[in-house]
Amino acid sequence: MTDFLQLFFSGLATGSIYALAALGFTLLWQASGTINFAQGEFVMLPAFMMLGFLSAGFPLVLSFVGSCVLSVIVLGWLFKRGVVDPLFKFGMMPIVVATIGLSIAMRNAVRAGYSAEPQPFPNLFPDEVYNIAGVTISATDIGTFAFAIALVLVTQAFLAKTVTGRAMQAVAQNTESASVLGINVPRMIFYTFAINALLAAAAAILVTPTYLAKFDMGASLGNKAFFAAIIGGFNNSRGALLGGLLVGVCENLAAAYISPAYKDAVALIIFMVVILFKPQGLLGKKVERKV
Amino acid sequence: MNKRSTLKAVAAAAIFALAGVAHAQQTIKIANIVELSGPGTTAGTVFKNGVELAVKEINDNGGILGKKIDSYTVDTQTNPGVAKGLTQKAVDDGVFAIFGPVYSGSIMVSMAESKRGEVPNFTGGEAASITAQGNPYVFRTAFGQSSSFPKLAKFINTKAKTLAVIYVNNDFGKGGRDTLAKLLEGGPTKVVADISTDAGQIDFSAAVLKAKQSNADAIFAYTNEEESARLLRELKKQGWTKPVIGETTLTGQKVIELAGDAANGAIAHVGLTVDAPNPEMLKFKAKYYQAYGSISDHNGIKGYTGVYVLKAAIEKVGKLDRKAVAQALHGIHISAKKNPGVIMDVSFDANGDLDRESFLIEVKNGRQVVIATLPALSAKK
Repeated sequence: MTDFLQLFFSGLATGSIYALAALGFTLLWQASGTINFAQGEFVMLPAFMMLGFLSAGFPLVLSFVGSCVLSVIVLGWLFKRGVVDPLFKFGMMPIVVATIGLSIAMRNAVRAGYSAEPQPFPNLFPDEVYNIAGVTISATDIGTFAFAIALVLVTQAFLAKTVTGRAMQAVAQNTESASVLGINVPRMIFYTFAINALLAAAAAILVTPTYLAKFDMGASLGNKAFFAAIIGGFNNSRGALLGGLLVGVCENLAAAYISPAYKDAVALIIFMVVILFKPQGLLGKKVERKV
Repeated sequence: MNKRSTLKAVAAAAIFALAGVAHAQQTIKIANIVELSGPGTTAGTVFKNGVELAVKEINDNGGILGKKIDSYTVDTQTNPGVAKGLTQKAVDDGVFAIFGPVYSGSIMVSMAESKRGEVPNFTGGEAASITAQGNPYVFRTAFGQSSSFPKLAKFINTKAKTLAVIYVNNDFGKGGRDTLAKLLEGGPTKVVADISTDAGQIDFSAAVLKAKQSNADAIFAYTNEEESARLLRELKKQGWTKPVIGETTLTGQKVIELAGDAANGAIAHVGLTVDAPNPEMLKFKAKYYQAYGSISDHNGIKGYTGVYVLKAAIEKVGKLDRKAVAQALHGIHISAKKNPGVIMDVSFDANGDLDRESFLIEVKNGRQVVIATLPALSAKK
């Protein structure tokens, strides 16, 4: 039982990081109808930005703030202006293909420009380990989980409770009516991209101490987050949270009780089951196709 | 007139052909086929650096038999199929020798090509099976598992009654696990947990938990560098305090850098370490640091000494004949006194396996500390 709990808790920590990245998927989908297959690389790039700040002598927290600003500029504004805006009028597929291309370009740019070797990355949380009734839980797991969940909840509260957040949702639900109501649609869409970039930077600081900063670190993270977003429901932010946690926990349990070799298949299996029985995702709403 | 012009043409062709031959022999072309991306990036990059350092040194000192070495590097992407293709291309290009790949899974596949082209192939791979295929053109640059594991098993027997084995599920990992299991059979140490992990695996929490459940006295960790770092971090995270024993890949310089504090206390049998108490090794360490700004791990030494082994063999033969060089390498003994580039005395057997001194090291305060020097296997007899 203690083993189960231990696996459960460390799975929650991993899952909450998947949830962060998955939330990015659902946000972009809702706001602009795009799927960003470079989401994993959107986590990798801030990690290297932070490494850059760190090697320039900044402390970790300042490096994080700095890379948040840079992420909003590069992964938010530049991505929107450079990739999404010019392709938007051609529909979803060109953007999807462009983001796949972008992910390959980003990976190889970091590999060629920085280094192909993994780099160590400092941990935001202390190295302490707590032993509660036979269950070993590390401060890193607790901190990661708390930080990630807090971010997801704050994002949701922002979307639901603030005027800007509601305006963003209005744009997501019906762009034309939103612009008739006087909402600045392009600005709202930019906000979504900016939030996505911030979430990616946050995921980077949480995940990199374990993943190690490496050009291809985003590949598996991006995949898992994508599955998590679909499992939870692509049009529901809360679904991303549920999907992420579900994938993280199930993966960890499967690795211990079945075989580590099947670990990576877990997300896919849940994904297939959900698609078969509840195609809109666990918390997703059915959307009738407009004719 | 016709006859004359034909004659001229033939003469010109002959001159060009001769010039071509002369040109081909002016340099010794070697191919560096290594992992520059994928899970083997660390190993491949450092190996390549070692090779390039030796090549530069040899060229600066007049080359081999008066001829410069001309080396080029290509990336296998840690993919055996790509490695095979690149080896095939190198053979077709007529290279004199091939260095790499470092990963056992890759050399196992690619060495068929170097054998076909009769090109000496120096590998960093350590899987026991590499030299068990009877390929007369494959040579190790480090211990194979069959020469390093007997020393390791002896050490484990004195350290632990029960052992949990965590290994990476590839040719390298499985080879090591099988060799160790055989050596421990009937001895005082029992393997109580056999835990497989994946190449490139990120989360080791389940693997470590399984090892903890087995309540073993020690863990034998046999994964590649990046995974070793993640494993050591997870062991620390879960509060593992018993010995962690491994081979070279557990305590490499990159592993220490990546794992940080978590690497402290790890013990490994290493064939090559820059901290070996050996003046030539210290010289190498300094030269490598000067050239690349980082400290070399065993893979850098493998690449570096490999080139010097080739040099010694060519000089022994006295001519650029690939077949004769490969033959000469079998049973060769190269003394570090005469050939400082090989750093330590080394001998090769008929299979291409090498034998030399090795070390037991422990990581203390983020540094490799040699705790014992183990004599060469042949020296024991």
